[in-house]
Amino acid sequence: MLEVRRIEVAYGQVQALFGLSLAVGPGEILCLLGRNGAGKTTTLKAIMNHLPLRSGQIILDGVDISRLPADRIPRLGIGYIPQGRRLFSELSVAENLEIGLMAGGSGREVRETVLGLFPRLQERLRQQASTLSGGEQQMLAFARALCIQPKILLLDEPTEGLQPSMIALIQDMVARMKRRNVAIVLVEQRVDAVLSLADNVAFIEDGRNRETLPAVELADDQERLARYVGV
Amino acid sequence: MDFGPHLILATLEGAITAAVISLTAVGLSIVFGIMRIVNVAHGEFFMLGAIIAWWVATAVGGHPAVGFVVAILVAPATVGVIAAATDWLVLRRITYDPERTIVATIGLLYIIQQATLMTFGPDARPVEPPFNRRLAIPWVEFGDGGLSLVWPWGLGTTSYKLAVIVAAVVILTALWLVMKRTRLGLIMRATQLDSEMAMAFGIPVTRVYAVVFGLGAGLAALGAVLIVPVQQAHYLMGGDPLLLSFIAVIIGGLGSLPGTLVAAVLIGLSDGIISVFFSPTLAKILATLLVAFVLVFRPEGLFGRRKT
Ligand SMILES: Nc1ncnc2c1ncn2[C@@H]1O[C@H](COP(=O)(O)OP(=O)(O)OP(=O)(O)O)[C@@H](O)[C@H]1O
Ligand SMILES: [Mg+2]
Repeated sequence: MLEVRRIEVAYGQVQALFGLSLAVGPGEILCLLGRNGAGKTTTLKAIMNHLPLRSGQIILDGVDISRLPADRIPRLGIGYIPQGRRLFSELSVAENLEIGLMAGGSGREVRETVLGLFPRLQERLRQQASTLSGGEQQMLAFARALCIQPKILLLDEPTEGLQPSMIALIQDMVARMKRRNVAIVLVEQRVDAVLSLADNVAFIEDGRNRETLPAVELADDQERLARYVGV
Repeated sequence: MDFGPHLILATLEGAITAAVISLTAVGLSIVFGIMRIVNVAHGEFFMLGAIIAWWVATAVGGHPAVGFVVAILVAPATVGVIAAATDWLVLRRITYDPERTIVATIGLLYIIQQATLMTFGPDARPVEPPFNRRLAIPWVEFGDGGLSLVWPWGLGTTSYKLAVIVAAVVILTALWLVMKRTRLGLIMRATQLDSEMAMAFGIPVTRVYAVVFGLGAGLAALGAVLIVPVQQAHYLMGGDPLLLSFIAVIIGGLGSLPGTLVAAVLIGLSDGIISVFFSPTLAKILATLLVAFVLVFRPEGLFGRRKT
């Protein structure tokens, strides 16, 4: 469904990705695991076309989408939950969701469904996004992405800095999206979460995908995990 | 001379300057706030608005009101389209890089100015106001029968000048409603807050920029059309509004619309009052000094938010 083929990406003169490849299908969770600065966020930004490719392709359902304008990407059904949430901070909860709805061409029913998943947001529709708690902000970032009714979700460390109950809620939401046949690329530092959620794990190191393995094979492979993420 | 009536007159003149500067400064401010660029050619878009208004009014002929109404519709729209085209052809190509944008808009300033000089010529030309009743300024006086209204001889304003103030209030209210209540406004505010995430949610940021640049220039042109029946169209008339708008944007806090508006009103009023009682040059000197002080002691502007 989504396939990243040997992409090379640079920030100015500094190259960050070196022929990185990965693939994910419907109802599948691919976790990207790697140390700080390995290139996980850069990979997701490249898929969103926020960074131009030096070479390589990004194939969605057989079509190369890497030359499209960045604002076309969400309209193809790719939802993005960026690292650090990046809400429209001075807009209200309702306005943040409205922007997601516009992107997906979605109507009231979608809004109701999404708010049904996050009742906490329903109570705070008029509140400015920047005044939400960390957990509520992450819910809003999640909800905003769901408003476009994504076929593919890109999540960048969605549980970073959250308390355990909130982490469980977010992970439950990820599992729920998987059951709805959404293809999911998840950047996650918590190895326990990775092992319980993921179908496949891609080990990212120095801007390359060193290897992709089924999660079930990793549970007992502490040595490999230690090598890539130092647990 | 009586101080009271003159103060009223000066305040009225100041309010007219304030009305026009509010429009130009808010135009400059939305461009700066949303696109993060400084448009040095902003005053030339103002000037173009006045020149086009003169052309349109002259071409239409007939009753002054007819020419004026056509001008106030056509001139800002034309200037907006010219600005949007400039954005598309020039600014987008230099990727809105701050330094290169300043150089490019300085170039644009001279191109517009010289093109106007070559076609319109060096003369100042008037546009007739659509209506222009003289209104005497009333004043109260203690007489034998207690308080009474008097009309000190020679001091007056016109119905048109009052209409300029009302028009500016109406336009700015409409703009505020567009920003807060419409989908376009939401899109512009989201782009201002985080343009990359705006793209990640389907907002065509380059097109939004073209619209914003056109809107900013259109507001300046609108201010010019309003003032041209009072001031005459001239190819160098863009200098003062540019200076005063910059001052308002800096004092108001870069990118803060309410701050810019309050600052524009203060600067317009003080400019009017100081010009009447002392001289226009002194007014500009004081305003510029104020900016220097603000930049030294409160670089985020009087109303801007301090960066944390
Ligand atoms: N805006 C930028 N300009 C220049 N270099 C950048 C930029 N963003 C990231 N990089 C560099 O690209 C490399 C990959 O960064 P990236 O953010 O993708 O890492 P990451 O795997 O997401 O790390 P983390 O786990 O800390 O989020 C790093 O070396 C980083 O310094
Ligand atoms: Mg990252």
